[in-house]
Amino acid sequence: MLEIRDLHARVEGKDILRGVSLTVKRGEVHAIMGPNGSGKSTLAKVLAGHPSYEVTSGEVLFDGKNLLELEPDERARGGVFLAFQYPVEIPGVSNAQFLRLAYNEKRKHLGEEELDPLEFKDLLKERAQIVEMDAGLMSRSVNEGFSGGEKKRNEILQMAVLEPKLAVLDETDSGLDIDALRIVSEGVNKLRHADNAIVLVTHYQRLLNYIVPDYVHVLYKGRIVRSGGKELALALEEKGYDWIKDEAEESQPSAASA
Amino acid sequence: MSSIELLTNKEYKYGFVTDIESDMIPRGLSEETIRLISEKKNEPEFMLDFRLKAYRNWLKMEEPQRWPNITYPKVDYQDIIYYSAPKQKPTLASMDEVDPELIKTFEKLGIPLTEQKQLANVAVDAVFDSVSVATTYKEKLKKHGVIFCSFSEAVHEYPELIKKYLGTVVPTNDNYFAALNSAVFTDGSFVFIPKGVRCPMELSTYFRINNSESGQFERTLIIAEENSHVSYLEGCTAPKFDKNQLHAAVVELVALDDAEIKYSTVQNWYAGDEEGKGGIYNFVTKRGACRGRNSKISWTQVETGSAITWKYPSCILQGDNSIGEFYSVALTNHAQQADTGTKMIHIGKNTRSNIVSKGISAGKSNNSYRGLVKVLAGAEGARNYTQCDSLLIGDKCGANTFPYIEVSNNTAKVEHEATTSRISEEQLFYLRQRGISQEDAVSLIINGFCKDVFRELPMEFAVEAQRLLGMKLEGSVG
Ligand SMILES: Nc1ncnc2c1ncn2[C@@H]1O[C@H](COP(=O)(O)OP(=O)(O)O)[C@@H](O)[C@H]1O
Ligand SMILES: [Mg+2]
Repeated sequence: MLEIRDLHARVEGKDILRGVSLTVKRGEVHAIMGPNGSGKSTLAKVLAGHPSYEVTSGEVLFDGKNLLELEPDERARGGVFLAFQYPVEIPGVSNAQFLRLAYNEKRKHLGEEELDPLEFKDLLKERAQIVEMDAGLMSRSVNEGFSGGEKKRNEILQMAVLEPKLAVLDETDSGLDIDALRIVSEGVNKLRHADNAIVLVTHYQRLLNYIVPDYVHVLYKGRIVRSGGKELALALEEKGYDWIKDEAEESQPSAASA
Repeated sequence: MSSIELLTNKEYKYGFVTDIESDMIPRGLSEETIRLISEKKNEPEFMLDFRLKAYRNWLKMEEPQRWPNITYPKVDYQDIIYYSAPKQKPTLASMDEVDPELIKTFEKLGIPLTEQKQLANVAVDAVFDSVSVATTYKEKLKKHGVIFCSFSEAVHEYPELIKKYLGTVVPTNDNYFAALNSAVFTDGSFVFIPKGVRCPMELSTYFRINNSESGQFERTLIIAEENSHVSYLEGCTAPKFDKNQLHAAVVELVALDDAEIKYSTVQNWYAGDEEGKGGIYNFVTKRGACRGRNSKISWTQVETGSAITWKYPSCILQGDNSIGEFYSVALTNHAQQADTGTKMIHIGKNTRSNIVSKGISAGKSNNSYRGLVKVLAGAEGARNYTQCDSLLIGDKCGANTFPYIEVSNNTAKVEHEATTSRISEEQLFYLRQRGISQEDAVSLIINGFCKDVFRELPMEFAVEAQRLLGMKLEGSVG
């Protein structure tokens, strides 16, 4: 479904991704781990098409098509979803209104009829249960005055409404207490099925106790320096990132000087 | 690096000209011109006197030359045609006699006038250049005692009401443009809601400038007697001409005890081209007097057009416990300039005022809020709350807030809050990541920003206003 080949990207003139390759197939869950500043969010934003991030070389195929030539909204309608690490606030726009607009854009794209506010309300109510989201948050402005946990839940609610083919969840676990973490993880597990794929970005292992990945990759200084099964996450938990860093720098001396 | 490029204005779709034969008087302004206008309108003596007095005042006044944030070339008052009316039969028995060209024009503007197509539940007075060409639902309203007609008709049919109220809220020597209007105004709307009546439908006037050489000087007078209620809307458009045109209107509102007037405007005069060539100078004096106890006047405006907008819809809160409200969205793009706001004059006890102003600037436009809150010594317990928010799109535009506060009673409470923000790249990206196009994303953010004002508009107008803002800012990604 997703094929990233030797991807290089920069922001503000700074090279951040320096040759990322990754293949994600339908039904798979991949975890991308790595220390802060290694480029995880950059990778997520490049996939979603953030205009500040410039791809300098490499390619990304999504369902066999060149993803990089599409506008961010086209990618989204095509089934790419990003749960943001820092969701923004949109004052004066109600959560329900925003979600309905987004949902109807997708329906239009699929040639389906749009839902009116009443029909959508029913759908929203049903999806909100997946993340145990309080109905009161639907009439509030998007993310405005939401707690950190509510914002993250709101991201997963959007995923539940839009049912993307590929969901990239960027640090969805950060800022969540243990109960919220359980609720959000269970929500994601309910949305996980054989036809979609999920890329989990995190730098803690604890999320992976709840959402068990098929593969774990370690991103360091803009490269995937190690890949493995879920046991890799446990090893990282135990030993920290230092051994990976040392290993990476031995095999890639250029990374150390960058 | 930002990808929010300067958002471009979509073609102004009301820019067409109606080809119609007009009855015009020669350009220029003198006592002779004024006598001619009055004569053409077959006015009673008192109206001519009113005009001449205003004209003599005007001659002694100076055009305001130094507005801090507005610049424009001097207007040549001798180069304007002060009366231009489509030729038609002097009195029309029914809508069927209105020139089909005019009916077609208003239909194109979304204002159907013929009986079969009339808007349900909105009575419309259609003003074309200097005269009112049609007013719908007049008979139905009359059954409720509500008078809604052109100003010219009111002068003939209800001279006592006109004599009693005209110029009592905005005196003929109030300011340069109000004096000019009082001298040369040609038509407009008149509304009278008698004691105890809730007007059964929305009343609305649609102003259309068609003649490239004429100015538009309309006059609106709304009187709400004790315990009555009315909601009134105005809309305006003009063709695209390279030359600037002057629109100097005066609106007077009077609310007696327990009466309420809600006045809404969606202004979309031609704004000029991207370089600032052409467009309407919108120099307007709007003022409401809350004369009675517990009366309320509420101004809601959505200002999107005009090369220059200069207006301060105001409330004189005379009656004890009276309430004044001002809700405003002012959008400027390209070379547009707007200096708008309100004045709330607290005179009576426990008077309250509420001001919500939302300024949106794009292109290289300049948008200022200027507001005065004045609490007189006798206004025991007066309250004001002011919220001014500015939203900037791109980095070549400007926004300013000038709040003037004069308080002479120490029991008064006056609060002012102001914010300035930009549409951020991150907000746009967030919305686009959910499948919403760039244009819809901008429009969603702007509508969110304006929500507190839009919700004050009657339903159909709110939808129209949202569409209009979206259209005005339709943009491209760089
Ligand atoms: N918009 C930006 N402007 C400047 N530098 C950025 C920007 N986004 C990311 N970076 C830099 O790129 C590097 C990787 O950041 P990020 O992708 O957020 O890492 P991670 O998500 O793995 O913590 C950091 O050094 C960060 O400072
Ligand atoms: Mg990150």
